[in-house]
Amino acid sequence: MSKDNQILEEFTSKEYEHGWSVDFEADEAPAGLNEEIIHWISAKKEEPKWLLEWRLKAFRTWQSMVEPEWANVHYPKVDFQSLIYYSAPKQKSKPKSLDEVDPELLQIYERLGISLNEQKKLQGIAVDAVLDSVSVGTTFKDTLSKLGIIFCSFSEAVKDHPELVKKYLGSVVPMTDNYYAALNSAVFSDGSFCYIPKGVRCPMELSTYFRINAANTGQFERTLIVAEDESYVSYLEGCTAPQRDENQLHAAVVEIYAAKDAEVKYSTVQNWFPGDKDGKGGIYNFVTKRGICAGDNSKISWTQVETGSAVTWKYPSCILKGDNSVGEFYSVAVTNNYQQADTGTKMIHIGKNTKSRIVSKGISAGKSQNSYRGQVQVMKRAQNARNFSQCDSLLMGDRCGAHTFPYIDIQNPSAKVEHEATTSKIGEDQIFYCNQRGIDTEDAVALIVNGYAKEVLNQLPMEFAVEAQKLLALTLEGSVG
Amino acid sequence: MLSIKNLHASIEGTPILKGINLEIKPGEVHAIMGPNGSGKSTLASVLAGREEYEVTEGEVTFNGKDLLDLNPEDRAREGVFLAFQYPVEIPGVSTTNFLRTAVNQVREYRGQEQLDAVKFLSLMKEKMKLVEIDQKLMSRALNEGFSGGEKKRNEIFQMAMLEPTLSILDETDSGLDIDALRIVSNGVNQLKSPDNATIVVTHYQRLLDYIVPDFVHVLYKGRIVKSGSKELALDLEEKGYDWIKEDVDGASV
Repeated sequence: MSKDNQILEEFTSKEYEHGWSVDFEADEAPAGLNEEIIHWISAKKEEPKWLLEWRLKAFRTWQSMVEPEWANVHYPKVDFQSLIYYSAPKQKSKPKSLDEVDPELLQIYERLGISLNEQKKLQGIAVDAVLDSVSVGTTFKDTLSKLGIIFCSFSEAVKDHPELVKKYLGSVVPMTDNYYAALNSAVFSDGSFCYIPKGVRCPMELSTYFRINAANTGQFERTLIVAEDESYVSYLEGCTAPQRDENQLHAAVVEIYAAKDAEVKYSTVQNWFPGDKDGKGGIYNFVTKRGICAGDNSKISWTQVETGSAVTWKYPSCILKGDNSVGEFYSVAVTNNYQQADTGTKMIHIGKNTKSRIVSKGISAGKSQNSYRGQVQVMKRAQNARNFSQCDSLLMGDRCGAHTFPYIDIQNPSAKVEHEATTSKIGEDQIFYCNQRGIDTEDAVALIVNGYAKEVLNQLPMEFAVEAQKLLALTLEGSVG
Repeated sequence: MLSIKNLHASIEGTPILKGINLEIKPGEVHAIMGPNGSGKSTLASVLAGREEYEVTEGEVTFNGKDLLDLNPEDRAREGVFLAFQYPVEIPGVSTTNFLRTAVNQVREYRGQEQLDAVKFLSLMKEKMKLVEIDQKLMSRALNEGFSGGEKKRNEIFQMAMLEPTLSILDETDSGLDIDALRIVSNGVNQLKSPDNATIVVTHYQRLLDYIVPDFVHVLYKGRIVKSGSKELALDLEEKGYDWIKEDVDGASV
């Protein structure tokens, strides 16, 4: 065994920081999935009939579908009948404002470093906090509503803005889109809804913080962002879960609609429990995220920092329908120990002069497998479409894997598509060089990895870039001896 | 300051150093010369703590501490600096950011206060003058796309920032044109003080015109076979290494 391997041999795993859970009385659906459960969830949420019908239709579609097996991930099949599809903390009465929310629930978020207290809150970020199946509170609602911005939980949106929800729900990700999207459409519980009216630039970052607390529970949130003509919003999603021995399922759907001249920036810092160092437990993260640049000159930009989850299956995509519209995907995916990630994007060029840019940085350590899967499709009508893809892989040790699966489909001869890919190893030379300057190995790895991922981290809003840098270092802590 | 006694080291089972003895006092400049493959760079690497070299015998004390017992970062923090023959590139990490991390970790170890951004930048400005290094290099990724001369200047600049007590220059002259050689040597000379010492590892006498050694040692087949004053370097320049090789090889037959 070479010296390099010997150093990397000394694997230890940093304990997952957010692995705790809190006991509280919960309102849970019985385990299992059938039409009755869907009726139960819909009734619980006092939904209108059309939504119940929509869910049932999705459920019937889902039943006829099979679990996708094309991804480069391997895991025991999920037993959908053993899961609980709805779990909500019991609150005495429905809180009308944040002041009435059970302090115990607010404490969960305090402990995660997310203050829902508006006075204490970092200026410039509004938060919707989703715990298991429900939203526990949304900050800065009033400030935002003065501008006509709607930022609330999905359930509230169904009640207060049914016409908007009805119009856009499933318009970007149809319920029949794929296995997990269909499942989500049938049983989704809560999530965030965001509407930016024409000509409004949202003055603060909007953020949803997802937390799974209950055991044996799947989380199926649904997020819908609608940006009208000439509007702008930057949105951030964060997530954590307790450390549990069994795998938990998280199957979310995010839909973004960008009208003429609108811009939406969607950033994710994903830190679900990744399983322990022996690969036990962890979240199955099967997520469908898609945005449509419906109007001319619109822009949707996805930035993701993926550090958690046992298995990740996720391809935030852009449909570039409007002429001159722009789609971007910036990703850092880190896998350590036994984590598996199959992630990437789809850029579908439909309109003229559409542009897309893909920057994917994979980092694999331990015995993990990290795959980039991306599709660039240029339709017949998409005159002068441009795409640039950069897919880099960084390997730490020799027992991990990095894979790249690019799919390119061009139907218009004027298209210009570029694809660059590199694979490198974190060098013992680089680490020694840092050591020789007095920098210890952990910090050296953090420095090197952050340098490697810089182009993506630079896309994140300032506060989160710092957070993400720390998270990268933490995820890889102990991955080099 | 540095005391090397009977040092033996090998790489992947092949012995390279076969009993080095060397004493270095504060304020001294020692040149280590020798033909290719004699073990010069190995000695530099072993002192800095490179892990692929295994020390099989002997001891090294540095300011009273067992140097071989310390990991590479602690050796650096104790004041050992190695100017690399081939400085590595670290993409995406600016020289400024890299050095700030290094300087503050070293300061923390030495019980000095951390430098904030303002103090750090003013220290940088001051030290940059020593090696006439361009400010623009500081915001570029460490050594990435630097020319050979820029890389070597950057090494000496880092040395100035970290204020070591023992500096080891490993073939710092290789790949330098005469102007760069002068600038780099100037930097090294300005950093000299009665409290610190320098080991200059080089193949050629050329560098020693600029950095004048107090002692010159010739390394051959893993041992110091000849020591002398700076005139020894001139002899070597004139006569090459063959007469030394013959002396040693002849004697050992």
